Amino acid sequence: MIVTEGLSKKFNDFLAVDGVTINVEAGEVLALLGPNGAGKTTTVRMLTSVLAPSSGWAKVSGFDVVEQPEMVRGSVGVLTENHGLYQRMYAHEYLDFYGELYGLEKNERILRSTQLLEDFDLADTRSLRIGEYSKGMRQKLALARALLHNPPVLLLDEPTSAMDPESARLVRDSIHELRSAERSIIICTHNLAEAEELADRIAIIRRGKIIAKGSPTELKLDMLGPPEYEVNFGIDLNGQNPEFPDHVEIKETGNNWIRYWTGDPQKSNSEILRKLLDQEMPVVSLREVPRSLEQVYLQAVNAQNNEEGK
Amino acid sequence: MWQELRPALIITRREIRDQFRDWRIIIPIIILTLVFPSLMNFTAQQAVTFVEKYGADLIGDRLIPFLLMVVGFFPISVSLVIALESFVGEKERRTIEPLLSCPLKDWQLYFGKLIAVLVPPLIASYLGIIVYLIGVYRQVGWVPEVILIVQIVLLTTVQALVMVSGAVVISTQTTSVRAANLLASFIIIPVAFLIQGESVVMFWGRYHILWWAILGLTVIAGLLVRTGVSHFNREELLGRELDSINIRWTLGVFWNSFKGGATSLVSWYRDVVWKTLKRQTWPMLMVLIFLIAALFVGSSQAEVFQIPLDMFNLERLDSGVEFVDGFETFQLFNTTGILYVWFHNMRAMLLASLAGLFSFGVLGVIILMLPLTIVGFFMTAIAPLGVTPGDFLLGLIVPHGILEIPAIVVIGAAIVRIGASLAAPGKGKSVGETWILALADWAKIMIGVVVPLLLGAAVIEVLITPQVALRVFGG
Repeated sequence: MIVTEGLSKKFNDFLAVDGVTINVEAGEVLALLGPNGAGKTTTVRMLTSVLAPSSGWAKVSGFDVVEQPEMVRGSVGVLTENHGLYQRMYAHEYLDFYGELYGLEKNERILRSTQLLEDFDLADTRSLRIGEYSKGMRQKLALARALLHNPPVLLLDEPTSAMDPESARLVRDSIHELRSAERSIIICTHNLAEAEELADRIAIIRRGKIIAKGSPTELKLDMLGPPEYEVNFGIDLNGQNPEFPDHVEIKETGNNWIRYWTGDPQKSNSEILRKLLDQEMPVVSLREVPRSLEQVYLQAVNAQNNEEGK
Repeated sequence: MWQELRPALIITRREIRDQFRDWRIIIPIIILTLVFPSLMNFTAQQAVTFVEKYGADLIGDRLIPFLLMVVGFFPISVSLVIALESFVGEKERRTIEPLLSCPLKDWQLYFGKLIAVLVPPLIASYLGIIVYLIGVYRQVGWVPEVILIVQIVLLTTVQALVMVSGAVVISTQTTSVRAANLLASFIIIPVAFLIQGESVVMFWGRYHILWWAILGLTVIAGLLVRTGVSHFNREELLGRELDSINIRWTLGVFWNSFKGGATSLVSWYRDVVWKTLKRQTWPMLMVLIFLIAALFVGSSQAEVFQIPLDMFNLERLDSGVEFVDGFETFQLFNTTGILYVWFHNMRAMLLASLAGLFSFGVLGVIILMLPLTIVGFFMTAIAPLGVTPGDFLLGLIVPHGILEIPAIVVIGAAIVRIGASLAAPGKGKSVGETWILALADWAKIMIGVVVPLLLGAAVIEVLITPQVALRVFGG
């Protein structure tokens, strides 16, 4: 649904996006992670045919972003970096205006906007002008605008920024639902936990270049290496470590826990467990040591820094 | 067509609704619609009563239609303020991006905004005219001719269109409302001159001249709309954050185009100037046609405005001296000095270029047409003296005209091209780049062709033309 190949954008001498190649299938969520000014918004703007690529190409919903800009824009729902709401309008008027621009019939506009305002807990705010909305309410209304015409592709820039936890959960649940409805979604975010929760795949973009991409699991494996495991015991070890199979590498030990690494956890972990039980060790738990996307992100950025330093 | 226009009208509707929710727009419109015409009624009544006391009824007769024009104009001044912030205001409020992301064509977005800023002030203007007409009828019993009302309504409409389309062009090309307001002087000053000119016409009572004003303004409005649509660029609206002048880049673009990779003066003439001239073929033809037309216009005016033929001493036609001096009085040619003549002609070319820069080339070409109009005028005016147009041209114009007229044609073409390039820029080029390239073309022609041609023409005009004239007319 979204395919790009070597997509680049140059503003005078500044290369804002440098050869971005991505592919987002229907029912898939891609999170674009990166610092401010990395090129996320520029990429999204090229995918909405607002900016023309300097080189490379992109197709959205099968439409070329350069050759068929109106078709592209018609098939995309965009949540822009700035919500872009008209302060003097009412929410239903606002949605009706955009619904009309997207070519929806009157009945459909009323139906869709009523539904979306209800979905995002904004139905009770009909008497308020948008200027009187809180930041979170504005963000939800902007998201409703993006979903109004039922687009097959969604480009969401910071979808939960400025939202309280409850509203953010509401939006995240909506994104899960949209993915189930076979939409292709790109989320630009700084919120790594959110990206990990929502995204099937993640692309880390820095200085206009994608420096790492893959599923969260793949990225962790690529950037941080194979996972470590931790086994907890019901007793203090007092320096008396139990025996582990030879191919297991002990990484760290604590008072009542041991962290190890193994090349083939599926096979080794049961063997390790058996061996510990044979030694009558009171095993309380065996788990993979959690690794955050933040570690992956920092690792990728540092690796890129080192490469550029060379 | 309707389906194509529909998205534009959706934007128009929203914008108008938004405007009517803003008291800062509504209050001035109400004042200018209702209060101001009433004030003008009062002024008209007082003025008519006053001038009647002294038997100067004519002033009163002219004042009432003049105030009708003023009443129509004032509300449309509001349109300028709204139009100036139409795009850049949305950009500043950061509401433009969702709109740009909609499945609209550029022109639909542009026209939607254009109509939106045009309609409310125009309605106010028409209402103001109605209020004024009713008031003035009740107070002094004045009823205008239908044709005058049509003229005032059309004039008001095209004035609004010119102001709005100019302001929208500014709004799409600036990055802040403040910058747009500052640039508004490019609209306000010419419109102020225009209103002064129209005022003279209204007091003069030559209402038929208003048709020319309407026609000229319609052409300018069309060009401005064309310019606005062709320079409308989503990318620039979103991408540019600062109005900064990059002098280095500007000079670089200009110099690269001006020099055009030439390594010597010969190669510059051969490869750069010549190619530039070749690109100007059509504009040159166009200017040539205009110059010929100017000759005919001048000729036709000789029957309307007659000059005293005794300025040309027929008694001494045999010597030719005083006859030729008569033409020098009208500055058809000048023998003061080569540099003086050259400077005079250069000044005219620069003035035409400057005027052309701000009027899509129109004023520039008009200025260049003036000398030919004068030539045409005299050519016919002195015919009763027995001087044939052929003798006239041969004796007074052709000698230096051989160089001067081509100079006028090429510089006229360069001016037209500057105007045309603004209205229809090259693909992928910004307004700034288009201007710089057109200016570089102009500079190439000015320095490479016009300056030497005019210098040669000045030498001929001072040293040879009088001699030729003496021979032709001296017999």
